[in-house]
Amino acid sequence: MAKKNTIKNTAKKKVTLWKRFRNNKAALIACIVLIVLLTMIFAASVFTSYNVNTSDLRARLSPPGTPGRAGNSNHILGTDQLGRDLFARLLYGGRASLRVGFTVTVIGAIIGIVLGLSAGYFGGWTDMIIMRLVDIWSSAPTLLIAMTVVMIMGPGEGNLIIALSIASWTLFCRMARSQALVMRNSPMVESGHAIGVSTPQIMSKHVAPNILSPLVTTFVIETAHFINAEANLSFLGFGVQPPDTSWGLILGEGRKYLVQAPWIVIYPGLVIGITVLCLNLIGDWIRDEFDPLAVKH
Amino acid sequence: MGMGKYILQRLAFTILVVLVISILVFVLTRVVGNPVDILLPLTATTEQRELLTKQLGLDRPMIQQLGDFLKSAATLDFGDSWTQRRPSMEVIFDYLPISALLILCAMAIAVLVAFPLGIIAAYKRGSLLDRFLTVLSLVGICMPPFWIGLMLMFFFAVKLGWLPTSGIGTWKHFILPAVTISFRPMGNLAQIVRYEMTQQLGEMYAITARAKGVREINLLRKHALKNIMTSSITMIGNDYCKQLGGLSAAVEVVYGFPGFGHLIKETIQSMDYPLLQAEVFFTAVIVCLINLIVDILYAAFDPRIRY
Repeated sequence: MAKKNTIKNTAKKKVTLWKRFRNNKAALIACIVLIVLLTMIFAASVFTSYNVNTSDLRARLSPPGTPGRAGNSNHILGTDQLGRDLFARLLYGGRASLRVGFTVTVIGAIIGIVLGLSAGYFGGWTDMIIMRLVDIWSSAPTLLIAMTVVMIMGPGEGNLIIALSIASWTLFCRMARSQALVMRNSPMVESGHAIGVSTPQIMSKHVAPNILSPLVTTFVIETAHFINAEANLSFLGFGVQPPDTSWGLILGEGRKYLVQAPWIVIYPGLVIGITVLCLNLIGDWIRDEFDPLAVKH
Repeated sequence: MGMGKYILQRLAFTILVVLVISILVFVLTRVVGNPVDILLPLTATTEQRELLTKQLGLDRPMIQQLGDFLKSAATLDFGDSWTQRRPSMEVIFDYLPISALLILCAMAIAVLVAFPLGIIAAYKRGSLLDRFLTVLSLVGICMPPFWIGLMLMFFFAVKLGWLPTSGIGTWKHFILPAVTISFRPMGNLAQIVRYEMTQQLGEMYAITARAKGVREINLLRKHALKNIMTSSITMIGNDYCKQLGGLSAAVEVVYGFPGFGHLIKETIQSMDYPLLQAEVFFTAVIVCLINLIVDILYAAFDPRIRY
């Protein structure tokens, strides 16, 4: 009887969740736009016949919509300073940008959550040392250190990921710790201990699932943040290097042609902005939906 | 705990942070990186490389290098910049103040726009102005600042010719970079002000005040504004630190503005170690001091906070 009730309740909860999601137009649109964008980026060869690095010097700086030569399709978004198709470069370049943003956040989340949960759960000295470290790190010029790390290790996507991960763990650590503190003092954990459940099991099976929703929100918003950070560093020459490409690098290389060919600058920026915006809207929605303290509309 | 003791404690923490970060960067640059490869052309001979390594003192044991560095850094002497061939401190003082001023202007713009807009939006939720605020803050938060800079430059400097495209000299050169940098903090601040103000206006004290006939402007000025100050100041302080710590570099590069961000970028790309150490030192000190000022301001706005 009791079991039947719980099943009914979860089913009911799911329905309302989907309904609310549908009602939240901004989040729904953001989700659709993001899915379309991701599909285009990861199946780039389906959407464009051009290659990232095939240059056609006679077609350089052609405006959007210029017909392609030798039976090729139109340059929908024009071409860049070397006559490469901008649309194709945006799609292929997006892979690196998203890869960096996502990987950096994953690494930060893993380090941060492990340290934060340990700090909050064990308390005492462990907590003191980890939190002092977070304090010091929060006052450190992490962007400057990240640039230095990239430069001494050599610019490139892999080293950029390592450098940015330096800055991505503190937020997760703080969050995980505060959540773990709340959980540690909860009756659920106390009864777990009382009936002899082991500490790792309590942490992974009971504490972790309960702190999931704020962490997911942070994860989504931080991914957006680091897509922006990648663009910033690649723009300055500290990130992805040619012949590879990313949104930030396209902007960095194209900015000299702002006057003759503004499209090289306008479109990559818009794509970055739209991606970051979608992730932010989705993150906000997750927070509003799953935070018990947030005001429900 | 008294205020004085609290400040002393925070200053001690500042020293700890600066020490840890300085040593970290020192060790990192000397263990992993080799500046000789960047300072000399690819064609340089082995003898030339060894000579330069010796001249820069990079052949000595690391612990000795670190000891010397810390000793002179304690007297604020970071050595001569390798690329500019003059004391690093001098270089810093050529670049830091102008960026500090630029970012201060940007923050002023952000505050002047975000506060009125956020407060009005909190009063008229769902209005046209509220939507404008949402769009403005989303643009500020999501768009890469250097892209906003390129767009503003394209319209106001290239197309309309109202303002200079790049460089420095008159106050007009400050307008575009300052407006560009202000977008991010403006977006952050506008959202915070709107959210907090909405909360405050629904609090019991606000309802009571209105019920006994306090005028809305007084309620705002004497009560609600004070209550949203702590979170706003935190945000302003944070954004200022981030911008000065290298975030403004891309915007400064776009406008050819010879500021601190620009200097940081050049220094790291040319592996100018003494100058880099000086920059690390100054950014860490400034970040800690701004955080301290923010904490002291908390107490000024919220009498419940005592140190």
